[in-house]
Amino acid sequence: MLIRHRPDLTDNDVTDRGLYLRRREFIAGAAGLGLTGLGLAGLGGAAAGAAPLTFSKGFSTTEKPTPKNDITSYNNFYEFGVDKGDPAENAGKLKTRPWTVRVDGACEAPKTFDIDDLIKANKLEERIYRLRCVEGWSMVIPWVGFPLKDLIAAVKPTSKAKFVAFETLMRPSEMTGQRWDVLQWPYREGLRIDEAVHPLTLIAVGLYGETLPNQNGAPLRLVVPWKYGFKSIKSITRISLVERQPPTAWNISAPREYGFYSNVNPAVDHPRWSQATERRIGEFRRRDTLAFNGYGEWVADLYRGMDLKRNF
Amino acid sequence: MADDVETASSSPEKRGRWRAADTRRDGGGEGQSAVRAAAPSTAEPVLGRALRATRGRSPSPARGGGAGRKRPSKARDNLVYAAVWLTCAAPLAWLAFRAFTGDLGVNPIETLIRQLGVWGLRLLLVGLAITPAAVILRKPRLARFRRTIGLFAFAYVSLHLLSYIGVDLYFDFGQLVKDILKRPFITLGMAAFVLLIPLAITSTNGWVIRMGRAAWSRLHWLIYLIVPLGVAHYYLLVKADHRPPLVYGAILAVLLGWRLWRATRSSP
Repeated sequence: MLIRHRPDLTDNDVTDRGLYLRRREFIAGAAGLGLTGLGLAGLGGAAAGAAPLTFSKGFSTTEKPTPKNDITSYNNFYEFGVDKGDPAENAGKLKTRPWTVRVDGACEAPKTFDIDDLIKANKLEERIYRLRCVEGWSMVIPWVGFPLKDLIAAVKPTSKAKFVAFETLMRPSEMTGQRWDVLQWPYREGLRIDEAVHPLTLIAVGLYGETLPNQNGAPLRLVVPWKYGFKSIKSITRISLVERQPPTAWNISAPREYGFYSNVNPAVDHPRWSQATERRIGEFRRRDTLAFNGYGEWVADLYRGMDLKRNF
Repeated sequence: MADDVETASSSPEKRGRWRAADTRRDGGGEGQSAVRAAAPSTAEPVLGRALRATRGRSPSPARGGGAGRKRPSKARDNLVYAAVWLTCAAPLAWLAFRAFTGDLGVNPIETLIRQLGVWGLRLLLVGLAITPAAVILRKPRLARFRRTIGLFAFAYVSLHLLSYIGVDLYFDFGQLVKDILKRPFITLGMAAFVLLIPLAITSTNGWVIRMGRAAWSRLHWLIYLIVPLGVAHYYLLVKADHRPPLVYGAILAVLLGWRLWRATRSSP
C-alpha cells in the first residue's frame, strides 16, 4: 500500500553536507567550551579563595621572601598526601566556607567563631617570618594574621589553662590523605600557654597579602616561627585551653624523633639527620641553622633553666 | 624442535639438564648479580656454553631438531641491546633535561638526589629479576643484560652519592664522616656503595677469566647483601609513609625468596 502525503521537509531542513561532515569538531568545540567554563569556574573559586586582605605591617625579617609559587607548591600537609606536591594538587577540594573554630576548655567564655567574623574582628598585620622545616629546608614567608593571644584573651582563660591544644579539621571526603593512617587523625598540636600567648605566635589567615591558599592551611593556621614547621598546625577547627600537656600528631607517630617542644635547635640533631644546617629554598649552599630559628632574642627566656636536649 | 627450551619441561631429563646448565652458569649457587658479566655474544667462550646448552640452538648432535632454528641475527641482537641501554639511560637523560630546564621543582637538589637513588635501587632490583625471568620465561639469553643493567645501577648509585657529597654537603668531608658514623641510613647506604665497587670493577670478561668462575661468582654474591642494604637505606630515611620502601622490600623478598625456594628444591 502506498501512503502519499505532502513532504513537510524541504531541502532547507537538510543539514548541509559540509556541516554534517564537521559534526565532530562541533562536539569537540562544545566540550572545549564546557571545559573552559569549568576552568573559569575553577579560577573563580580560586580567586574567591585568594581575596585581598587589609593589614598593617608588623614585626618582620628583612630577608627576601621566598617566591609565592614555591611557598604554595612545596608543602607538607599530609591530609592531602605525603608528597610535597600533593597538597597543591589535592587541597582544592577542601571547602573552607562555612568554617568555624571552637575555642573552649579552661576559660570563662568559650565560643565558636565564624572565620569571617574572626578576620573582621581582629586587626590583621603582615609578618614576614622564617620557617624552618624539621626536614632541613627553610623559607621566608609573608604571613597575614593576628596574634593568637588576642583570640585566647577573648575567651577569658582561667588559671587552669596551662597548655593549648589545637586540632585540624577531620574530613576524609575532602582531605583524602586522612583515608589511611600515616598519622593519627585529626592532626593535633599543642603549645604551653606562655608560648601560645607570646606576641610572635600568630594565627595566619593570609599569605602574600591575600587569603591563605588551601595547601598552606586555609582558612586559618598557627605560625610559631621559632619551632619546626610541623608545630604550626593548619586548617584549625578547635583550640582548647587545657591543664595537661596535650598529645601531638608527630610525637605520637615517632616520640624519639619529634618532641613536644620542637624548638629549632642546631645543637640537637634529629636522630636520623643533622639539624645544624638547612637549605633555604632557592639557595644552593646550605646555611647554618640558628637557635630558635633566629628568634632567641625574643623567646629564649621562655625556656630558661630547661634542658633543651631532653625537652627537644 | 623437541629440545627447544620451550618444551623442555615435558621431559624430566631435559628439565634436569636445564637446571644443571643454569647451576653451572651460576657458579654452583645462583651467584649471579646485577653487575655480573652476563655472557653477551662476545663472551661466548667464557660463559656461553652453559647458556647455549639450554638454548636449543646449538649445533650439538644431541639435539638434531635444532637444525631449523637459527640464532637471532647480530643486527637484531645489537638492536635489542641498544634498546636496553637506552631504557637504562632514559631516566638519567630525563633528569638531566629537567635539571637544565630548571624543572626539578622547588627543592631541586633534593629531587636530584632522591631520583638518582630511587633509579639506582630500581635497576638493582631489575638486575636481580633477570635470572628468575630467564628461568621462568625460558629465555636464558636474557642473562646477557645483567652486566649492562648492573653497571647502570652502579652509575646511578655513584651519581646519587656524588650529588649528596658534592651538591648537598658541598664537599664538606668532615660532615660526611659525621653523617656516616652517626646516621644509620647513611651508614647503610655508604656500605652498599662500597660493596658495589668491586662488583663493578670485576664486571668485565677479563676479570671472570682472571678470577675463575667460582671465585668470581662468590664475590658477586655480595649483591644479595647490597640490595637489602639499599632498601634499608631507603626505609630508614622515610619520615612516615613507609609504603614506597616496603614495596621495594617486598619485590626484593620475592626475588630472593625465589632463589631460596629454587635452591632448596634442587638440593638432594
